Amino acid sequence: MTQAHATTHDAHGHDDHGHAHDPNQAHHFESMEQQVASGKLGMWVFLATEILMFGGLFCAYAVWRARHFEAFEIGHKQLNTLMGFINTLVLIASSFTMAWAVRTAQLNKNKATAVLLALTFLGGCGFMTIKYFEYKAKWDHGIFVGEPWGHWNTFREEAKTELEAEKTATQLAPPTTGTPGLVNALPTPGKTPEGFIGADAAAADAHGHEAEAHAPPAAHGEGHEPAAEGESAHAAAGEHHIDPDDALKARTFFSIYFCMTGLHGLHVLVGMGLIAWIFFRALKGEFTETYNAPVDLVGLYWHLVDLIWIFLFPLLYLIS
Amino acid sequence: MTTTTTTTTAGLYDSEGQEKNYLNHSKGLWSWLTTLDHKRIGVMYMICVLSAFLLGGIFALLVRTEHLTGGETIMSAETYNRVFTLHGAVMVFLFIIPGIPAALGNFVMPIMLGTLDVVFPRLNLMSWYLWMTGGVFFVASLAFGGIDTGWTFYTPYSTTYSPYGPAIICALSGAFILGFSSILTGVNFLATMHMLRAKGMSWFQMPLFCWSLYATAIMQILATPVLAITLLLLIAERTLSIGIFDPSLGGDPVLFQHFFWFYSHPAVYIMILPAMGVVSDVIAVYSHKHIFGYKFIAFSSVAIALLGFLVWGHHLFVSGQSALLGTIFSLITFSIAIPTAIKVFNWLATMYKGSIDLKCAMLYAMSFIWVFSIGGLTGLHCAAIATDVHLHDTYFVVAHFHYVMVGGTVFGFLAGLHHWWPKIFGKMYDEFWGLVAWALVFIGFNLTFFPQFFMGAQGMPRRYWHYEPQFQAYHVASTIGAYMQGLGFVLLAGVLLYSLFAGKKAPRNPWGGTTLEWQTTSPPPLENFPHDEPPIVGDPYDFHAIEYKEELEGYVLVAAPAAHDAERSIVEEIVEGAEADSYGSRGN
Ligand code: HEM
Ligand SMILES: [Cu+2]
Repeated sequence: MTQAHATTHDAHGHDDHGHAHDPNQAHHFESMEQQVASGKLGMWVFLATEILMFGGLFCAYAVWRARHFEAFEIGHKQLNTLMGFINTLVLIASSFTMAWAVRTAQLNKNKATAVLLALTFLGGCGFMTIKYFEYKAKWDHGIFVGEPWGHWNTFREEAKTELEAEKTATQLAPPTTGTPGLVNALPTPGKTPEGFIGADAAAADAHGHEAEAHAPPAAHGEGHEPAAEGESAHAAAGEHHIDPDDALKARTFFSIYFCMTGLHGLHVLVGMGLIAWIFFRALKGEFTETYNAPVDLVGLYWHLVDLIWIFLFPLLYLIS
Repeated sequence: MTTTTTTTTAGLYDSEGQEKNYLNHSKGLWSWLTTLDHKRIGVMYMICVLSAFLLGGIFALLVRTEHLTGGETIMSAETYNRVFTLHGAVMVFLFIIPGIPAALGNFVMPIMLGTLDVVFPRLNLMSWYLWMTGGVFFVASLAFGGIDTGWTFYTPYSTTYSPYGPAIICALSGAFILGFSSILTGVNFLATMHMLRAKGMSWFQMPLFCWSLYATAIMQILATPVLAITLLLLIAERTLSIGIFDPSLGGDPVLFQHFFWFYSHPAVYIMILPAMGVVSDVIAVYSHKHIFGYKFIAFSSVAIALLGFLVWGHHLFVSGQSALLGTIFSLITFSIAIPTAIKVFNWLATMYKGSIDLKCAMLYAMSFIWVFSIGGLTGLHCAAIATDVHLHDTYFVVAHFHYVMVGGTVFGFLAGLHHWWPKIFGKMYDEFWGLVAWALVFIGFNLTFFPQFFMGAQGMPRRYWHYEPQFQAYHVASTIGAYMQGLGFVLLAGVLLYSLFAGKKAPRNPWGGTTLEWQTTSPPPLENFPHDEPPIVGDPYDFHAIEYKEELEGYVLVAAPAAHDAERSIVEEIVEGAEADSYGSRGN
């Protein structure tokens, strides 16, 4: 949209302004400034549509959280706050390199722009990798969006086994479990001696290794056997100290979790694609003081994607 | 400019002396499929949305035929459910929403602004491809058995009970994609009006059709993304049981209705505002009189666009919404009738003492006013909670929305189609047969839908296959009306298509239009205006600037249009009224 109007460019000599055209100026614009302003306006309006689209999800989140707060309370404890936090930092850093790239593009420094864009792209990769491990960990425990692919009974069984394993391992008196079906069956301190999930990096690491020992997700439907050697790692991480009876409730939370982070993840992927595109253009040295709109516009998009995550992180990971 | 005629204009002919225009500058299907020219994209949209109209129309005739008797006439109840659903879904998503903006707006709006193209030509072409993709999904849903949920996809029917899961997912994906097509058109048009108005054209020198497209764009941009996410959630619910709308999983089916109408009520204004814009321009041209209350019409479009976001709850009066919420929604719904009525009065004031030319386009525009008023006023019946409890989900509502959508949007579309046809294709159609088609459509339309008000008020529920004998007379009348309309549309299509082959060549300005598209050739050259004749910008409704030339069978610009904005003081309005009086005494 920012390039010349291929089929009609030659047919039309719009040469009555007496100054040479930037080759990047499309024929239907009077000037480069007008073209840049148009692109920006279009991008801002498009970002408004993105916000409204996520707005629908935030509405759904609000309705559900108001109605099923206990599900959110229980569900969010399954998330790894540390990973979420690292991801937040990664995205903020990538926003910074992106903003810097916009500046260098304006200063006609294509090399620096390319480097900064590469860093931004790596940030996106980092985010998606961490997200992958988070998703994988959930998947391995039968936690996935909805019914046919989430194995909520597996999840519950696992929680039960774990509870048993822990009881024998620590030789503690059986903790007072919540009454089955009690609505606000919040985990009692006795049940979560290690405190918050994934409070330390070692736990996250242990978890990552353990995940590989599991059957591949595709085979999941045939019945998931809790891997015995993984259990102690879990117990150490304190990740599954959940009342088996609450396991099903977490499903509600994870539906919205996967919808929101899934849609956001798709946006990150699109953003990475766009960054890769302008990266190659920067490598070819295409950007100048007057022509750098693509970097600018992709930057705007990337900042929005980051911004949405800044909202998602506390809403999903930091519930109390 | 004032003395040139089409035959002396340089640069419009190729070496063989053939006129060059956007239609013949390059040839072959491929040159169309890859075009970035807004005019060609508009024509491609026109062909496509009219095909969708034909498809939806066939479904409509099937529905009406089935209703000739109270029991099974030509199809089973299951088939009936699928036929009426596809009728509604095709008409709404494939025809009426994209119809006027994407087909007529694409063609006319940039020329009206005196510019070369829309801001983002590639995006424009992409939105056409998205439309095509969405259309393919819709048609493909037929192959999966067809959807039977109604065009509204209400839960829990669509999530749980309808047996046609794959078809529903297919159609939902189609609607999702069509939504993006609509969003991209909106973004493009809004930015075009901000950035590309001809040098010297102020906001208040934009024709009212552009203002209506501007208001439409606001709604497309702000409402459609919510539909997109709603459809995604619904797909997720049907395939993954995420439990957001399904009560057995802790979800809420009424939440779907809120989401859906948050988009779909604004969508009804996405449908009607462009038609109002067409009518504003058409009424002025065929009354040969400056539009009355330009700013009122322009701003009432924007007011409707904004208020339109606050009334969705009037579709949920009986869905278990709280009484307080219902009352608030009812009041705001009433208030939206005000900007609507402002438009109607301004149109009437424009026609008052004008010298009215009863050409096809004007007849459609005048029928629009009449029929749309009926539709709008019956909307108020529905907006009053106490009456709506009785009227909801009956044929009364069916009649209401057909009066606004067919009588409003479709008549507006037809007014625009007849008005701009000579500009688009450079051919004049036969007025007489056009009038006959109009009469069939107009009478047929009223015969189809007026009886439905009575039926509905007497309790005939909508979307039912079976009905009691007491309703048969109404149904039969309605069906006869539908056949008549069908005949009218076929004749209309015949008249227009015939003109392409045998029509007289159109002059630049056959009707006496004053907006910029009438300054250029018919059809326009690729660059919209001849090289040596940049458009002359001014008051878009200055009818003193043009004069009829017998030898051209059309109007020419004889002076530059007045340089001020289109809004005039009340004194000017009165002066023109007095001048018009003198026309009147010439025995118009
Ligand atoms: C003065 C303006 C209008 C008012 C006050 C109004 C009011 C209403 C109300 C209260 C309903 C709900 C009735 C019920 O379901 O019980 C309704 C339904 C409807 N209206 Fe309007 N309306 C207006 C204009 C329009 C326009 C301009 C359109 C479209 C071009 C439109 C299209 C529809 C449709 C499609 C429905 C039924 C949707 C369905 O349930 O399938 N309305 N209207
Ligand atoms: Cu409505």
